[in-house]
Amino acid sequence: MISPQFEIQLIAVVTSLACTLAGTFLVLRKMAMMSDAISHSILAGIAIAFLYTKDIHSPLLIVAATATGLVTVFLVEILKNTNLVSEDSAIGLVFTSLFSVGVIIISKYARNVHLDTDAVLLGEIAFAPFRRFYIGNIDLGPKSLYIMTAILIVNILFISLFYKELKISAFDPGLAFVLGFSPGIVHYGLMTVVSITAIGAFDTVGSILVVALMVVPPLTAYLLTDKLKFMILISAILGILSGILGYQAAHLLDVSISGSMATVSGIMFFLAFIISPQKGIIAAFRQYKKVKTSS
Amino acid sequence: MIGYLLSIFQDYTLRTVLLGSGILGITSGILGTFTLLRKQSLLGDAVSHSALPGIAIAFLLTKSSSPVVLLSGALIFGWVSSLCMMFIVKYSKIKYDGALGIVLSVFFGFGLVMLSVVQKLPNSRQAGLNKFLFGQAATLLKEDIITMGILSGIALIITFVFWKEFKLLVFNPEFGYTIGLPMKKIDILLTCLIVVAIVTGLQTVGVVLMSAMLIAPASAGRQWTDRLEIMAALAGFFGAVSGITGTLISSKTPNMPTGPVIVLISFALFAFSLLFAPKRGIISRLISAHKNNLTFKNNLKTTIRR
Repeated sequence: MISPQFEIQLIAVVTSLACTLAGTFLVLRKMAMMSDAISHSILAGIAIAFLYTKDIHSPLLIVAATATGLVTVFLVEILKNTNLVSEDSAIGLVFTSLFSVGVIIISKYARNVHLDTDAVLLGEIAFAPFRRFYIGNIDLGPKSLYIMTAILIVNILFISLFYKELKISAFDPGLAFVLGFSPGIVHYGLMTVVSITAIGAFDTVGSILVVALMVVPPLTAYLLTDKLKFMILISAILGILSGILGYQAAHLLDVSISGSMATVSGIMFFLAFIISPQKGIIAAFRQYKKVKTSS
Repeated sequence: MIGYLLSIFQDYTLRTVLLGSGILGITSGILGTFTLLRKQSLLGDAVSHSALPGIAIAFLLTKSSSPVVLLSGALIFGWVSSLCMMFIVKYSKIKYDGALGIVLSVFFGFGLVMLSVVQKLPNSRQAGLNKFLFGQAATLLKEDIITMGILSGIALIITFVFWKEFKLLVFNPEFGYTIGLPMKKIDILLTCLIVVAIVTGLQTVGVVLMSAMLIAPASAGRQWTDRLEIMAALAGFFGAVSGITGTLISSKTPNMPTGPVIVLISFALFAFSLLFAPKRGIISRLISAHKNNLTFKNNLKTTIRR
């Protein structure tokens, strides 16, 4: 029997890994805010599917949520293509409306179920070990650990299969198009992966931590290296660290775990921002001094 | 119907609340015009999320839930967050969207930590900090409205005083530099005003959806005109309409959070403008494209006949 503390940390680590993997490519495509949009708007899909099935554990909820994630991306593109709204406004308009639909449905029709708006937004990983996975009467561990591991495997498969395509279309979309990679397929493929990851993660850690894990460790790694492989590796390590350190800090101070994980990742970003070898504040200051003395 | 309308004006609490959401709509509409035109639409999203730790820390330090205290906390953190974003973009290779994502999620995460500290205190339920997440207009008191009114009033007066400078900042900052205006300071001032507009809306709409109040009315106003003054006036009007009707609906329906209703109404106004606005709107574009097509065909026919 594994202790609940260990289980929570295991879930935190697996969730962080899945999020940072998907987040790395999102960030490189300058679509960091898409993680915010998707992690909010999937609520509408979950709420509508719940109205239809009346069962919070139905797999239809996940399908509907993934679809809503893609609908978000699609609607943003439609609005952008009218040339009447800029892309960031389109993102802001679409996800806030979808999220509002979700919140209204939940607060009107799903008051008494485990589908609380606060829980959706904030997440509480501390409760994750209570939802167990049983086969017959055998307790196989927390359910979310299985879900997140499956998602992590999907992410690893997706990225290792399409590494080349993702890399080229992130750094040189023009070249990718010339070489014959359909930008649409790569784009929507990545968005599907992001949506699925966001759904799995937001059930355990809440939608804002999804943003924290998808954006902060990859960008911290981005400050520390220029190589994509190292960036993925470093952001995975940082993700694991923020999972474990965040949990330990939360346990020590008795505060919100997901909030503490986000805070730890923020502190690590701040450190990298200051001491990063080539681009940090200290390095920039040294450069400045060098130029000053030599002139 | 008339009886219903009369009952609104006789209901003191509702009148207070409606006044509050009207003020919020006007302020966020007008200042949203500037964020929209400067392509900083999602700035509001980051700033409003970042205000959360400010609210919680202000409560922890003073143990008071008076609006002046809580909103000052929100103002300070909102402002610090906008500075952080400026810093990240200026001193690293990270782009604007990445800076938004980092600041938003880290500040909000820190806010959650602080909120969980608050919730451990005895009597913290009365503080009602949770209403800041999704907004609850029904709980607005006279005190709240006065604070909101004063803050937005100041913000709007400053906006009108510096109208020309802001206009220059939006459309042609380089020209501003060359004629010797302190464009950096003007930029910081405008950001401060936007932070004020966001903070005043937090109690009504909530931190999660406040960004929509900056984007939707301004995007709706943009469709009807090419003039900044008219666009700002329209945005203020659309903001006020969505604020007031949203609050009415949510206060008359049980279990209905205010923020989401207001957001959906403002989105509906935006969608209507996108479709039906003259000249820029989608339908009028289709009609003019069709007309062009017809005249082209007619011209072609006459040319061929010759």
